[in-house]
Amino acid sequence: MLLVPCPYCGPRPEVEFHCGGEAHIARPADPNALDDAQWAEYLFVRTSNKGVHAERWLHSHGCGRWFNALRNTVSDSFLASYEMGQPRPALPTEGGK
Amino acid sequence: MAQSNRLPSGGRIDRAKPLAFTFNGKSVDGFAGDTVASALLANGIRLVGRSFKYHRPRGILTHGSDEPNALLKVDRGPGRADPNNRATVIEAVGGLKLSSQNHWPSLEHDIGAVNDRLSPVLVAGFYYKTFMWPRSFWDKLYEPKIRAAAGLGVAPDVPDADRYVHRNAHCDVLVVGAGPAGLAAALAASENGRRVILADEQAEMGGSLLAERTATIDGVSAAQWVAHALTTLAGRANVTLLPRTTAFGYYNHNHVVLTERVTDHLERPDPKLPRERLWQVRPAEVVIATGAHERPLSFADNDRPGIMLAESVRTYINRYGVAPGRRIVFATNGASAYAAAADAKAAGLDVTIVDTRPESAIGPEKALAAGIEILAGHTVVGSTGGKGLTGLIVAPFTAGKGVGARRTLPCDCAGISGGWTPSVHLFSQSRGKLIFRADIDAFVPGISVQKERSAGACKGTYGLSAILAEGWAAGSGAAGADGSRLFAAAPATPTGFAPARVLPTDDDPKKVRAFLDFQNDVTAKDIRLAVREGFESVEHVKRYTTNGMASDQGKTSNMAALGLLSEILEKPIPQVGTTTFRPPYTPVTFGAIIGSARGQLFDPIRTAPLHEWAVEHGAKFENVSLWRRAWYFPKAGEDMHAAVARECKAVRESVGIFDASTLGKIEVKGPDAAEFLNRIYPNAWLKLEPGKCRYGLMLKEDGFIFDDGVVARLAPDLFHVTTTTGGAPRVLAHMEDYLQTEWPDLNVFATSTTEEWAVIALQGPKARDVLQPFVTGIDLAGEAFPHMAVRVGEICGVPTRLMRVSFTGEMGFEINVPADHARAVWEALYDYGQRFGITPYGTEAMHVLRAERGFIIVGQETDGTVTPEDLGLGGMVSKVKRDFVGKRSLARPDMALADRKQLVGLASLDGRTVLDEGAQIVADPAQAVPMTMLGHVTSSYLSPSLGHPIALALVAGGRTRMGETLHVTTPAGFTTVKVTAPVFVDPEGKRVNGVQTEGALHA
Ligand SMILES: [Zn+2]
Repeated sequence: MLLVPCPYCGPRPEVEFHCGGEAHIARPADPNALDDAQWAEYLFVRTSNKGVHAERWLHSHGCGRWFNALRNTVSDSFLASYEMGQPRPALPTEGGK
Repeated sequence: MAQSNRLPSGGRIDRAKPLAFTFNGKSVDGFAGDTVASALLANGIRLVGRSFKYHRPRGILTHGSDEPNALLKVDRGPGRADPNNRATVIEAVGGLKLSSQNHWPSLEHDIGAVNDRLSPVLVAGFYYKTFMWPRSFWDKLYEPKIRAAAGLGVAPDVPDADRYVHRNAHCDVLVVGAGPAGLAAALAASENGRRVILADEQAEMGGSLLAERTATIDGVSAAQWVAHALTTLAGRANVTLLPRTTAFGYYNHNHVVLTERVTDHLERPDPKLPRERLWQVRPAEVVIATGAHERPLSFADNDRPGIMLAESVRTYINRYGVAPGRRIVFATNGASAYAAAADAKAAGLDVTIVDTRPESAIGPEKALAAGIEILAGHTVVGSTGGKGLTGLIVAPFTAGKGVGARRTLPCDCAGISGGWTPSVHLFSQSRGKLIFRADIDAFVPGISVQKERSAGACKGTYGLSAILAEGWAAGSGAAGADGSRLFAAAPATPTGFAPARVLPTDDDPKKVRAFLDFQNDVTAKDIRLAVREGFESVEHVKRYTTNGMASDQGKTSNMAALGLLSEILEKPIPQVGTTTFRPPYTPVTFGAIIGSARGQLFDPIRTAPLHEWAVEHGAKFENVSLWRRAWYFPKAGEDMHAAVARECKAVRESVGIFDASTLGKIEVKGPDAAEFLNRIYPNAWLKLEPGKCRYGLMLKEDGFIFDDGVVARLAPDLFHVTTTTGGAPRVLAHMEDYLQTEWPDLNVFATSTTEEWAVIALQGPKARDVLQPFVTGIDLAGEAFPHMAVRVGEICGVPTRLMRVSFTGEMGFEINVPADHARAVWEALYDYGQRFGITPYGTEAMHVLRAERGFIIVGQETDGTVTPEDLGLGGMVSKVKRDFVGKRSLARPDMALADRKQLVGLASLDGRTVLDEGAQIVADPAQAVPMTMLGHVTSSYLSPSLGHPIALALVAGGRTRMGETLHVTTPAGFTTVKVTAPVFVDPEGKRVNGVQTEGALHA
């Protein structure tokens, strides 16, 4: 079971959370300006990368707040968690090890 | 039964505490400290089971949790019978009833043993090859037969009478295994106050040291050293000792799960104790000290009862004071069996050593075998005996020159040793990378991924001094101290072996049955066959032959199979790879996993504030998500149909009272509340005046309906949102998601108030008459309080949010009152309502009433692919709003296709067939199969108001099919229906205003 770092509560077991998929995909300001393909891209298409991935998490059985976290999908280690609206942090270790 | 094979002295058993249990109905004597296996051996019992596939007679192979053969059913009384327990780990307890498995009619005479003669047919992949054709044989013949023959033991058929609990724990260092490495690690780790948990699967801690006869550590005997170490650890408040506790799973982020057997070893356990305790431990650091498993040797008929691992022979003699045989032949390819042979000789037994290595390759271990005959450079080509070993057939051999003349060594026990395999299971489960060490012919822990370290034999370190030092360093390092200590252990541990896959033989290798996996009956021949048939990947060979897939997970067989595969493929072992280790390390009871989550505690049951009233008034209940809701209120002699008909009639003709408290309620508050609802719902909210309600469909961004409910505006900045009973959490989560992540600029709070407010629905022409006397501060007159209005006032002196809404089609009120006052208000209304024949109704009548009026239920008329337009509710979707959740998706061309499934009504042409919900609909029942399905029935009832069946359905292009005849599946074939509008009662909606539409009701 993962230990998920909630930026508000600290590390808590995975069962308290709901993962909301890839982070940093903002709802388009004017959906009507998008053609069908672009809208489908926003709605359905997500990256599924091997390595560091930014994800949305909801501490549903805790503080009830959404946040973003960087998780390595290979090792499952969390590298950072940060509040909604903040940019994805740069990782000093990312790339070189 | 006499303990004919109990040695006169020695062992760690308590001879002052005799006990007796039964095996297949016969009494077996033993002592406290025995395992069932050691007691059976002490009583001269060698045959303990039949093998899975060939039903071959089998005995006890090991002395620990790696046992593949000796699987017994344990019966501790009603609800406490359990199959497939390893005799080598069950502690002997007085009164136990044990029986062997997998035979009929008895262990000695087993009909299934005919499989053994059929073995040329029952080769690897037999099931895959045989049970493929013809297809029609599968259901009737193959599957039932395979099921009957599959699996060992018989599952219990009564509920488990025991109790199981879960416990969470944190510690600085978890040490798994209390052998020499684990004890040293725990001592070092706990020196400076770090919280340490030491878990060991055995009843007694000490591991291999408990079977040492001559070893000394720092000048004291191994047994004394263990006792001193345990006293020290027990004296430290920061140490938790968990014997009888197996760490079976190593999961992400240092999450290790242990199962502790609390009472199985007690003859009369305290009923307050659970049988087992599951520990979820999150240690900062883990020390894995799980030891190593001895490998058997592979030769023809290497599975006869009496053949066991050499170290197991040693353990039964030294630890349990049992002679597994009187004449013992040790067959080995390495050094460690010499210590076993020496101990057997010291116990007064007749001992011979057969060593596959040439004389010149035997190392210093030879000194241990003083006075013992050693047949060096010999192979084992077979064994004799039926249900018990009588001899080992050996022959000299020279590499490249072949096998010489055979001779039979008479014996009643053989101790075989094919070398050692470090127990890397937990390390591998932690996702650590294994590396292969050719010098010890084994995989050992390589690169760590989690915060763990291995020490001792599980890391390939076999000398006792080195094991202790490594354990100490690991424990100290895990505690952050990086200390080291040297231990003086004597004599030197005999180590090293010459890997042997299958022993050389002069028999036709195609005919030799040399077992690798004893539990799944996999032979060396099966591995060769798998390779011949094209399976080369180790994972494929494993699945095709089932090697290593039994409940012992191949602890004694994986390396043998892997080594053989590498030989056949002529590839080095690292290139062949190894199979993946997965939890659990040893079998875990379902009870331990489930813990207290059974019966009433399986899932929480939610009851609304009026639940007790419904119970007292004889309601039948149904489950709606976690809620228990009153389903109908039968009177004496009524079935459900009669009760629902009466309840519906009361609502249509007078007044019904209904507990709607389970409806989800969310209070949406803040200066931007209206703007928020305007974005999250497809209809318009900005202009809704305070005091008014509006029905809202909620869409997801994909344009499909996911919930619905009435929303009341209480003030410019305050909305009372209702949701479906099951949808409340997901609607709140949906709102929160948008508020927190997409529109954090909106100043809005969404709060669940479902349990704050009880909701009493009064529905029917007399609803207002019942309500009137109790309400203060609200004018209930029609013009003052029209349909879809909301008022705040008091009822029976308590605050209420009173809504004039209807889910039945009748004039209706939903009375929100604080939950604590619900029963008082309900009872006041119910008492006063008697003069109008007020009738409590349940969810079934509610469903019928709303279907008659054509109101949808989310999840029944919708399935996640339905739009408002599909339901004929397109008018609710704002055409003028620039944006709302789901708007862009509704503009996709597919959402406007004419053949989308649309909501319609169906009338059974025969006037009496009540359709099945979910039944498929076709245009032409004579068309060829597979037919074109037009849609399905979503709701179907016998309408009490109309006296005939009604149904709602989603049908392709449904609204263009009005009046068409279609065909619906029933269990007896197709029935014919006519497509109608999806409203059956009061299509003009007059009755909510109290207008009686008698004609429309009985059309
Ligand atoms: Zn939190």
